[in-house]
Amino acid sequence: MSALLDVEDLAVRFRSDSGEVTALEGVSFSVAAGETLAIVGESSSGKSVSALAIMRLLPPAPACRVTGRIRFQGRDGPISLLDLPERAMVAVRGGEIAMIFQEPMTSLNPVHMIGRQIAEAVLAHEGGGKTAALRRAIELLDLVGIPDAARRAESYPHQLSGGMRQRAMIAMALASRPKLLIADEPTTALDVTVQAQILDLLRRLQAETGLAIIFITHNLGVVAEIADRTLVMYSGQVVEEAPTASLLAAPLMPYTRGLLNSVPRLEAALRPGQRLPAIAGNVPDPRHRPAACTFQPRCDWAQPDICGVTRPGMERVAEAHLVRCARWREIAV
Amino acid sequence: MTVTVTAPLLDVQDLAKHFPVGSPLSGKRGIVRGVDGVSFTIGRGEVLGLVGESGSGKTTVGRTVLRLQDPTAGAIRFRGQDITHLSRRALRPVRQHMQLVFQDPYASLNPRMSVESILSAPLIIHGEKMARGERRARVEEALQLVGLFPAAADRYPHEFSGGQRQRIGIARALMLRPELLVADEAVSALDVSVQAQVINLLMDLREQLQLSMLFIAHDLAVVGAISDRVAVMYLGRIVEVAPTAALFTGPRHPYTEALFSAAPDTDPARRPQRIVLKGDLPSPLSPPSGCAFRMRCPYAVSACADDQPALRVAGPGHFKACIRDDLTLSAPLKVR
Repeated sequence: MSALLDVEDLAVRFRSDSGEVTALEGVSFSVAAGETLAIVGESSSGKSVSALAIMRLLPPAPACRVTGRIRFQGRDGPISLLDLPERAMVAVRGGEIAMIFQEPMTSLNPVHMIGRQIAEAVLAHEGGGKTAALRRAIELLDLVGIPDAARRAESYPHQLSGGMRQRAMIAMALASRPKLLIADEPTTALDVTVQAQILDLLRRLQAETGLAIIFITHNLGVVAEIADRTLVMYSGQVVEEAPTASLLAAPLMPYTRGLLNSVPRLEAALRPGQRLPAIAGNVPDPRHRPAACTFQPRCDWAQPDICGVTRPGMERVAEAHLVRCARWREIAV
Repeated sequence: MTVTVTAPLLDVQDLAKHFPVGSPLSGKRGIVRGVDGVSFTIGRGEVLGLVGESGSGKTTVGRTVLRLQDPTAGAIRFRGQDITHLSRRALRPVRQHMQLVFQDPYASLNPRMSVESILSAPLIIHGEKMARGERRARVEEALQLVGLFPAAADRYPHEFSGGQRQRIGIARALMLRPELLVADEAVSALDVSVQAQVINLLMDLREQLQLSMLFIAHDLAVVGAISDRVAVMYLGRIVEVAPTAALFTGPRHPYTEALFSAAPDTDPARRPQRIVLKGDLPSPLSPPSGCAFRMRCPYAVSACADDQPALRVAGPGHFKACIRDDLTLSAPLKVR
């Protein structure tokens, strides 16, 4: 399977009063057509910045410098997103690559009916008349499971519940028949019962349309539900990449292990008073990241003479499993 | 005032909090029953978990119990004293014994105050007369209790990470050595790796200080880890309450079952039959007749529309508000 999106050695640096801050470094990954790739990480891990870099939504230089290569298999052949003139990028953004965000209320225009907002996206990408666009908008609302779509198209965003708003956002993203959907924490603001509905919807749409999805989340439970492959990010770098099932069953990077262990489990309810496994310490401040392994100060496996001296590279440990850790061989045993 | 040992620390009976909505201009008026008919107790040293989705009324319960909002109806007894109608002045001595930990560690600490001033504020407000040095000692003691260095007292909130700030928020709540802590989504805004640290801290503090807690959260696993008993809320009412292990091994209300089933899990073995509920939480302005959950309930029968079901005994210490006694609901955990 050839890659739909191929990211190579992506780095993002922001200029600030206190000097340059590296938000992202040496990030490489690819997404195949029809695949769901999850990017997991905690705050300041760089997961959202990666998405914004692909969409070219970061501030321009000199405030922000983006380096590396992002290749996308467009309808008219391969394109290099970082070299594309802004005018051509406008057609790709929200066109062949669509994006949805965490809080649909702030992404929808509060003064327009949702049907009209979706029709606008249809017009922008497919042309045609207003009536046809509105008809297509209703079709899309129906596709994302909004009951009574024709009537709901006349609702304003505040008249919809959080789950319905996120469905409307997804409908709008699908208006341009994208090949890739980037979903940045799309279910984080939703209640669990509604989250389950949205995950179901994304799975169904993928099966029907062959859409590729990059799903950004901090929730490993959601990852287990939706992703074929998973990328774990920590402190601006990818630290592990593997098919989701093997990542969850046998994580090799100590951070992935720690993260997986610290997810509160229902079983804890049967062990009253027992402490939860936690990772000591805090995520390092992006301005003062350790020069060698960024996880080393919090790592139980760290050996100062190895882990405190050089920063490990990504190493291939199995067919589709990559890890950034100097001691993975010992940990694997 | 005499307090019998067996009396619960907090006793809430038939609590209601209604909000008027609409404007006099539009002429449309209505009442949202944010909380209705909620009763529960918290014993000394006990942790009661309160779970529910957004709009279920769990935060309103917490705020009303602390009298940050006045209840519309019902009674709140705390340390044997009826505090339902106490004046602000009369509440002040009561409030030292009940403290709140907020959700957002970024919004709940004044960025212009040093940690020492933040932590000293409760002492000053409650008029504890003490020398400056003594106050400083209390601040350092609280910081150590929550796992921070005493020198943190001289720093400002922005110098700390989210998890550390939440520790400061907990330290502030502990300054007056309260008996009851209301923790409203106290760990929800934290990163997973830090969330576990803060939950462990709360467990430690509970043991060391014999704290009672009303632990409000939407995450069932988090609530299960820390609570002795768990109450589940739906649309302003408690629909099920039980000892934690009993609830997790045998939920008796269909909503509890659905909530468990919807929680994403990293263990693929535990995701066989997912119950995906239809629709959303109904509008609290016009709740359905009878059981508020019946529109989304896979087990609803016509009788469910008749009356609002009351909490009934379903086992030892286990209560549910559902008329279907014939259901065998799936549980996330097995009895050991």
